[in-house]
Amino acid sequence: MKAIIKYISSIFKALKSLFRGMAVTGHYISHPKEIITQQYPENRETLKMFDMFRGEVVLTHNERNEHRCTGCSACEVACPNGSIEIISKRIEMPDGKKKKVIDKFVYHLSMCTFCNLCILSCPTDAIKMSQDFEHAVFDRSQLTKVLNKTGSKLMEGVR
Amino acid sequence: MYDFKSLTDSIHTSLSAGLSPIMVTIIEFVIIAFAFMILFTLLGLILVYAERKICAFFQLRLGPMRVGKWGMAQTAADAVKLIFKEPLVTKNADKFLFNLAPFIIILSTFLALGAMPFAKGLHALDFDIGVLYLTAVSSIGVIGILIAGWSSDNKYSLIGAMRSGAQVVSYELSVGLSLLTVVVLAGSLQFSEIIASQEAGWWIFRGHIPALIAFVIFMIAGTAETTRGPFDLPEAESELTAGFHTEYSGLKFAFFFLAEFVNMFIIAGIGATVFLGGWMPFHIGNWEGFNRVMDFIPPLFWFFGKVTFLIFLMMWFKWTFPRLRIDQLLRLEWKYLLPINLVNILVMAFIVLKGWQF
Amino acid sequence: MAETHINTISGKPLESQEYLINMGPQHPSTHGVLRLLLTLDGEIIHKVEPHLGYIHRSIEKMCEKDSYTQIVHLTDRMDYLSSHMNNEAVSLAVEQGLELEMPERVKVIRTIISELTRLSSHQLWWGVFGMDLGAITTFLYGFRDREMIIDIFEETCGARLTMNYNVPGGLMFDIHPNFQKRTKAFVAHFKQKLPEYDQLLTGNVIFELRTKGVGILSKEDAISYGVTGPSGRASGFSNDVRKHNPYSAYSQVEFKEALSEEGDSYARYKVRIQEMWESLSIIEQLIDNIPEGDYKAKTKAVIKLPKGEYYQKVETARGEFGVYIISEGGKSPYRLKFRSPGFSNLSALDHMAKGAKIGDLVVIMSTLDLVIPDIDR
Ligand code: SF4
Ligand code: SF4
Repeated sequence: MKAIIKYISSIFKALKSLFRGMAVTGHYISHPKEIITQQYPENRETLKMFDMFRGEVVLTHNERNEHRCTGCSACEVACPNGSIEIISKRIEMPDGKKKKVIDKFVYHLSMCTFCNLCILSCPTDAIKMSQDFEHAVFDRSQLTKVLNKTGSKLMEGVR
Repeated sequence: MYDFKSLTDSIHTSLSAGLSPIMVTIIEFVIIAFAFMILFTLLGLILVYAERKICAFFQLRLGPMRVGKWGMAQTAADAVKLIFKEPLVTKNADKFLFNLAPFIIILSTFLALGAMPFAKGLHALDFDIGVLYLTAVSSIGVIGILIAGWSSDNKYSLIGAMRSGAQVVSYELSVGLSLLTVVVLAGSLQFSEIIASQEAGWWIFRGHIPALIAFVIFMIAGTAETTRGPFDLPEAESELTAGFHTEYSGLKFAFFFLAEFVNMFIIAGIGATVFLGGWMPFHIGNWEGFNRVMDFIPPLFWFFGKVTFLIFLMMWFKWTFPRLRIDQLLRLEWKYLLPINLVNILVMAFIVLKGWQF
Repeated sequence: MAETHINTISGKPLESQEYLINMGPQHPSTHGVLRLLLTLDGEIIHKVEPHLGYIHRSIEKMCEKDSYTQIVHLTDRMDYLSSHMNNEAVSLAVEQGLELEMPERVKVIRTIISELTRLSSHQLWWGVFGMDLGAITTFLYGFRDREMIIDIFEETCGARLTMNYNVPGGLMFDIHPNFQKRTKAFVAHFKQKLPEYDQLLTGNVIFELRTKGVGILSKEDAISYGVTGPSGRASGFSNDVRKHNPYSAYSQVEFKEALSEEGDSYARYKVRIQEMWESLSIIEQLIDNIPEGDYKAKTKAVIKLPKGEYYQKVETARGEFGVYIISEGGKSPYRLKFRSPGFSNLSALDHMAKGAKIGDLVVIMSTLDLVIPDIDR
């Protein structure tokens, strides 16, 4: 007799536990406000990454097309993956002195692990992380970028 | 209440006017076959869409949203994609059986669909042993599953097929017995008569607690027979990748996929017919006025409304519960459902003998 | 007599009725590229042989050429779900070599973020565990709550998963002004949602059937296999590094080490749920008391460790993670060895899964909470 009571009560307990579970999912289907899906890319306008977000390394230029990179290669050394290559050249200054400036700031986005070490190592705060996250391209070669804009110069007073 | 019999009769008489009886029969066959094919595709498309949307809403998602308004054309697009996909066959597969399996499954679904009473008079096959016929043909599908798993030359498929063999054969018993419980009440195996006997109220309300128990068992066993979650062991994707249809692609995969959904419709349809009165509107005893109002809603709506409700219930199960293990699955059937069912049928017989049903 | 079939990998003959099946490297429930070679008899498992090497990146070797600051970011890529704790282990080991004492602020922030990481890892595990059992809905619920933590990380350190927020000598940046507000909002939110987890799975009869008595690991076996973390604690093996060798601010907070005796999958599940509650309480104790001060101690630009050997262990979400550094005095280690919890935990899989069914194997693997890049570095 005890066995039968146990048998029947186990059935009811089981059914009750199942209903408890269904109550949770039932709650969510009847509360469409809880839906968490974001409609990307429709929400591109409103979708803002946090300021700290590490999207890719950029070399900041001001409106006169000047940057702050002195070509010291500290970032190149700090990078664990060799994602940065600084190619520098010597130019002649008006006063006749030779000066080292960057020719190309090559950045391999495909190798970057977004560790932020290059940014920390830069003595002149020339580079920073942008919040851009749409990096998909059709060809791998497009991921190798030259960060200094054509014709850009070193900013006055930065050394 | 509109009787579709007048429509079918008029088609029949107008055809008979100019043609020999054999031609008439053939033409009628073709018409019915076309109707069912269209119904099959439509059901598949709609159910797949509904499943994806409902699943998404359970899971705090939106589901398909891109193709068409609210993603309505998504399943059609998927169907087109599946049609154009290359049908791959594994190297050592038994080609004949491999190609045969999807058709057996589709065949069993069609046979079962044929006996579905959609509305008054809208009923292709009304055998006097309708209930037995349905339980018989709906289990032909398992042969297709076994063949698919056997011929794929893939161990995962084989395990899935063997699991489903054990599962479907066991749960067949419970489906049959729970239906018999109502057959005892209704006194007939013919679907049209079972429906007619629910004129005064659906059996689930009139049959006391035994009918309710039979309904719960039917829903559990029915879900298990369609191999849907939480009983989706034959295709348990976290264990067997995709179970018996792992090696199928393209249209042949689509057949398996559609058959699963149409089977769900069939189980819900049987449940609605036997327990919830089929196309019979909601009637309460002899409340004339109330019953008259209910009659204004067309029977097709009643049938599809009930089916939708049951399908929703099955989806709710699937998207809430974890999956059982194979031995637990069989234990549930042989140690719980079957004995309860047998006792239940006895109690029901006793009730009917005493004339205690409402 | 039928010809004997030989298991091509172990070289031993198969018994009659036995057959081999490859689970992975591409399989939905191996969560990555783990390959298990199963010897089965029908549904019953006779042997499980894990095969590694599909995601080997020779991280330890790479560390030998990197500076200590650079090493930290490689550890993100091992157990990516406890990246902060991995970072912390390397940082602490280096700080131990430099004999640096961290400012209180650094210790407290590190502890809070560790616990947040643990929570996010357990949330993901809960979701994935449900999914492995066939209840796919849990996956989305777990991810919903995890998203809030990930947002906190993103706002403070700029990355969502591979955070690299620790540097030897402190933290990379100070916390974001919103950090405390967001964390408190999360704690309040999650305290409401955690009971829902129980409602959905813990009491569920199918769930209990699937997990109770499945994959039992005794305390002795847990110790001899070196199964640490929640998986070991479920067998009664008290091994919480936070309790036994407190680091950072763990000595300042009150928390219970979640222990259980049964050692089955259900116990491992309960221990993790319990750990989530404990993590919440640790965060609550610390979040209002972040001391003012520097977020970084003074270090040289190029860190050179004095000649010697250093070992530091931390408690990650999966168990005891150790870093062993041998330094010759240079700016990169002579040899560096990681003791990853996943590797030892995986080694117990064969023992636990013997005699179980295929469905059980999925459960056992899931409750061991394996992260493959952690096993295979
Ligand atoms: S973020 Fe790291 S990996 Fe990327 S360029 Fe900077 S230092 Fe190199
Ligand atoms: S970006 Fe900064 S660190 Fe790199 S070369 Fe330019 S100035 Fe030096």
